[in-house]
Amino acid sequence: MGRYLLRRLGLAIVTLWILSLIVFFAGQILPGNPARAILGNLAAPSAVRALNHQLGVDRPLVTQYLSWLGGLLHGNMGKSYTYQSAVEPFIRAALINSAKLAALALVVIVPLGILGGVIAALNYGRALDRLISLTGSSAATVPEFVSGIVVIVIFGVTLKVLPVTAAAGAGASFFTQLKYLILPAVPLVLVLFGYIARMARAGTIEALESDYARTATLKGLKRSVVIRRHILRNSLLPTITVIATQTGYLIGGLIVVETLFNYQGIGKLIFSAATAKDFPMLEAGVLTIGVVYMVATLAADLLTFSLNPRLRVGGME
Amino acid sequence: MTGPSQADRAGQAPAATYEPAAPALQVGHVDVTYRVRGQDRLALRDVSFEIGRNESYGLVGESGSGKSTMALALTRYLPRNGRVSAGSISVGGRDPLAMNRSALRDFRARTVSMVYQEPGKALNPSIRVGRQLGEVYEIAGSDKTEAEARSVAMLRKVQIADPGRVMDAYPHQLSGGMAQRVVIAMALAASPSLLILDEPTTALDATVEAEVLDLVAGLRDEVDTSVLFISHNLAVIAKMCDRVGVLYAGELIEEGPASQVFDEPRHPYTVGLLRCIPRQGQRKDHGRLDAIPGFLPQPGDDRAGCVFAPRCPIVVEQCRESPPPAFDVGPDRTSRCYRHEETADMPRSTPSDITLPAQAFEAEPVVTMRDLSKTFTSRAGRVGALAHVNLDIRTGETLGLVGESGSGKTTLARVLLGLTTPDEGSKVSLKGQPLGPDLAHRGREQLKSLQIVFQNPDSALNRRHTVRRLISRPLAKLAGLSGTALQDRLMSLVASVRMEERHLSLRPSQLSGGLKQRVAIARAFGGNPRIVVCDEPTSALDVSVQAAILNLLADLQAKERVTYLFISHDLGVVRYLSDRIAVLYLGRIMETGPAERVFAGPHHPYTEALLSAVPSLDGQRLDRIKLTGEIPSAADPPSGCVFHTRCPRRLSSGICESTEPPLAEVEPGHLMSCHIPLDELRLMQNIGASDDNRAPGP
Amino acid sequence: MTDAVATAPAEIVPVLPTRRELPIWRLLLRRPSFVIGAAILLFWIVCAIFGNAIAPHDPLAQDLLRLNKPPSAAHWFGTDPLGRDVLSRVIVGSRTILIVTPLATLLGTVLGTALGLAMGYFGGLLDALVSRLVEAVLALPAVIIIFMFVVALGSSVRTLIIVIGFIFTPLVARTVRSSVQVERQLDYLSSARLLGERPARIMFVEILPNVIPTVVVEFTVRLGYAIFAVATLAFLGFGVQLSTPSWGSDINASYGLLGAGYWWETLFPALAIASLVIAINLVADSTQQVVAG
Repeated sequence: MGRYLLRRLGLAIVTLWILSLIVFFAGQILPGNPARAILGNLAAPSAVRALNHQLGVDRPLVTQYLSWLGGLLHGNMGKSYTYQSAVEPFIRAALINSAKLAALALVVIVPLGILGGVIAALNYGRALDRLISLTGSSAATVPEFVSGIVVIVIFGVTLKVLPVTAAAGAGASFFTQLKYLILPAVPLVLVLFGYIARMARAGTIEALESDYARTATLKGLKRSVVIRRHILRNSLLPTITVIATQTGYLIGGLIVVETLFNYQGIGKLIFSAATAKDFPMLEAGVLTIGVVYMVATLAADLLTFSLNPRLRVGGME
Repeated sequence: MTGPSQADRAGQAPAATYEPAAPALQVGHVDVTYRVRGQDRLALRDVSFEIGRNESYGLVGESGSGKSTMALALTRYLPRNGRVSAGSISVGGRDPLAMNRSALRDFRARTVSMVYQEPGKALNPSIRVGRQLGEVYEIAGSDKTEAEARSVAMLRKVQIADPGRVMDAYPHQLSGGMAQRVVIAMALAASPSLLILDEPTTALDATVEAEVLDLVAGLRDEVDTSVLFISHNLAVIAKMCDRVGVLYAGELIEEGPASQVFDEPRHPYTVGLLRCIPRQGQRKDHGRLDAIPGFLPQPGDDRAGCVFAPRCPIVVEQCRESPPPAFDVGPDRTSRCYRHEETADMPRSTPSDITLPAQAFEAEPVVTMRDLSKTFTSRAGRVGALAHVNLDIRTGETLGLVGESGSGKTTLARVLLGLTTPDEGSKVSLKGQPLGPDLAHRGREQLKSLQIVFQNPDSALNRRHTVRRLISRPLAKLAGLSGTALQDRLMSLVASVRMEERHLSLRPSQLSGGLKQRVAIARAFGGNPRIVVCDEPTSALDVSVQAAILNLLADLQAKERVTYLFISHDLGVVRYLSDRIAVLYLGRIMETGPAERVFAGPHHPYTEALLSAVPSLDGQRLDRIKLTGEIPSAADPPSGCVFHTRCPRRLSSGICESTEPPLAEVEPGHLMSCHIPLDELRLMQNIGASDDNRAPGP
Repeated sequence: MTDAVATAPAEIVPVLPTRRELPIWRLLLRRPSFVIGAAILLFWIVCAIFGNAIAPHDPLAQDLLRLNKPPSAAHWFGTDPLGRDVLSRVIVGSRTILIVTPLATLLGTVLGTALGLAMGYFGGLLDALVSRLVEAVLALPAVIIIFMFVVALGSSVRTLIIVIGFIFTPLVARTVRSSVQVERQLDYLSSARLLGERPARIMFVEILPNVIPTVVVEFTVRLGYAIFAVATLAFLGFGVQLSTPSWGSDINASYGLLGAGYWWETLFPALAIASLVIAINLVADSTQQVVAG
């Protein structure tokens, strides 16, 4: 187990490093002239040069990358162009807000998705299965802003039952916050339902058609016992990994949802930073998301590893 | 429901689930229908048979015969599109077709049990073995502790030496033989009236298979259970069963006591089937196997008369008009054939003896292997698949390569072909020229010389290419032909594998198994190779098709003068085709020599054990050499002679443990790797199961 | 030639019926989900090509007397803040998405297939390196990566197609690679090697035909994602600046008005997007069912 953990950790670090390269490349190199972007097209060339020098972007690329990377590793995420202050507190606050929204979405979607997938598998080939499968895959491809708009129009504007902004205001109680987060969570739930249900369905079907399911049934066990005791623990194993990879989509959806509902999460932060061409903020935000995703995947891998006897215990005696 | 049972020490619940007088199984005029794409297809038609108490009944058939369907019907586990459309079933006096859900559960728990082909897959990979076994007892009403105790006792009963360790293990930690014992334990734990075994040993090695079969036979004596044994392997059925029924295309065409049916078959199909199986004394040129012409009926074909009529050599008008009833041909014997009295003189479809041109063995072997080793490195460590193998293959001969799993026979073939690179220091040469270690280092001439026929034609043929393309490619690439020359050679190849021009435009999925293998053979011969490796070429085919392919291979060899390296786990087939034999165990050669020498003896103790393990239709040797333990892992081979851990003739002097015996010529042309001198072996093996010279077990 | 060869009987061999007796497109037409999806798709394609002829009003014409009017007989979908007819804009707006997305998907699929073939066949260093790259790319949702590049490079049709195409390449490669690895288990590849065939030929002549069904399904699935990405970018304000209207940009311009109750100018383009993605999804799903069955 220890060796596996080390290997996965090593891989994660390599991947993060590649990610940092991508982010740096997109953020620093492509735009070319950040001072020009900040000061605007009408600024004097000398002012542009001075600001570029102050920002340190006239140094050789490798130096810039290394100093950027070094700063990151020390927890220094740089200085926002827009706010002219440290990026880090913004990121932290935004992350907490997004975490609340994401948590709500996950709490709803994981049981719903698994339940949907398992029910679909138990009715394999019949109408209920097709219904769940098609609903899931269709909902997964509808962009979040589309479903968000539909939901706003129905519940927010026409029926006026739920608030259309996500922020409850400072000091609001838990339940008030919850009420405000319901509408924004809906698009996220819709998008994720399809993937999770599909994985759960596929895993359950494979388990249902396996030889050991046949053995269990022919022992004379009740169908519910066969499902509960023999099938589920094998079918849900791959679903765990999927849930972790879905955090990626979740985060992507956050950009859209938070923008639509005007919620100060990390998605909105990245979006605002991009519009304002505040590259340090943008890079830091993107990298943070990357780290969160890596951590989630790593956790999922470890969980799978510890739950799968074949990996945990090893080969023949 | 039974209350807490009075468990005997053997760990079984007392059988109290049926009337003493009722037979274990009664099947009366059963039809089973499948609904495929809106059409009804009969998988079983008018099948009737009975199994008495404590009796063992074998159901024999090839693919498509419906034998597995029968097993599924008996436990009411047919897939959603299948149903028993006619007839009655009674197991231990109970009718599974009429039961409601809870009665069916009880039925499955206590009256009938099944053991399937792949034991590893039959166990839940995420639950420990002990829990899965204990579950059976808990269903019968025991509590957890009692179930655990009885599970341990049951494991001992199936001869698992260390039950405690196995109880705690997960299924993937068990070997195939061990897993099958666990499954058998689970099946017998409930004391069923009927135990159904569906190809239980097909996936196992010969020696392991023998042990499992012995176990089942032994348990039958102790336990009051009847057995339904389903298999395509007639020899296994002959060994294990009192009575046998032969299924063909869903109909039970012959039935009776096993020895009688196999010695004096009374149905043309049974006669034909028996002629397809190589028995002692049959060789490729003398006492040839006879194929059954024609083709299994397709589901949905018209069946006006006897189902076997299209292929029957003694068919008459009456056979095609109405299906024959089951005639009584002896006490307890039936046969569905109008002409059952004339089956004894049924003509063959191919001659029994032919003259193959005398092989001109050249002095120099065509392939020499010296010090051939191959080690695989993986996360599990270093695995020595082959260790210092020295082998010659002579021009024009068929060298049979024999061994169980882990013996390295496939690796050897792959190294010869260049698909796998051998270790440094290995020397392989072809006609005196060194062979490059892999395909990139071999010239076109060398590529031309070595070809292969794979085991599974579905995997070996590109399913997106037409037959024409598959066979033409080697002609263009290796033989360098084009235009009319290519066309001519293509047609002559097609004719020599007995296919027709109309097959050329088809794709592999449109062909039967036998035809696909012919395409593979035609392809192998396209470039005029000198050596063709045949890697289990008939193992994936039905018995009736095997004979035709084997004879085809023999004829092609004579015609084209090629050398074969013939790999098979089926000793009967190897004996039929091979001129010389090499026996491999754990990557080392144990013995090489002329086929008859090696088979008749005196031979290496491993060869001896292998031969005695394989069930044969020619009657069982009473002196079966039982090997103890499992095949050791190739990652950690035993010291000295690798076979010593299981060898029943191990010398008491200890030399077998310490020193690896050299491969020495013990008589002209016959090499063996054993410390025991040939004369002593001759004495030991001729006398039979004498315990005098056997060393105590490990 | 010995006697045995001449007298051996020929097998009577009927040709087994092919599993797929009907060509694929016939099988697809029997599925209601495919028919519905294809119909919707066809409708939008027609709109994209003939939009200006079908639309009741000129999508660019501003009627300053009728700003933000709700749906009525004259304007079925109402008017937007500049007095333009929403229905006409929705019809013509299909053009942008239906030009960019198929091209981007095609680029990604072709490159991805070639890469996947190489990765699956050669394995080794190439496979390890590219797999790491794929993982890094996947560490972020595609939208964010595309977003970053579009921010940096500006949004034009060419940029969008290239960026999306390149992002899709590793994703398609991953699927194709798994398919190729399944094929590698089969012996026909060893047979090809034994003939001395070269790797390029093995990949494209032997393996590719067997992998094509997977590629087709992957294409249809990616198309859905491409629409998702392009629409989302447009919503965020990074849409393509063509002179014709586009759904995403229209939504971007009008969603701020939702709070004030002006829902039609946002909802109808949104529903148009939803119908298109669902249509593609139905087509992708039924294609997958037919190919696998």
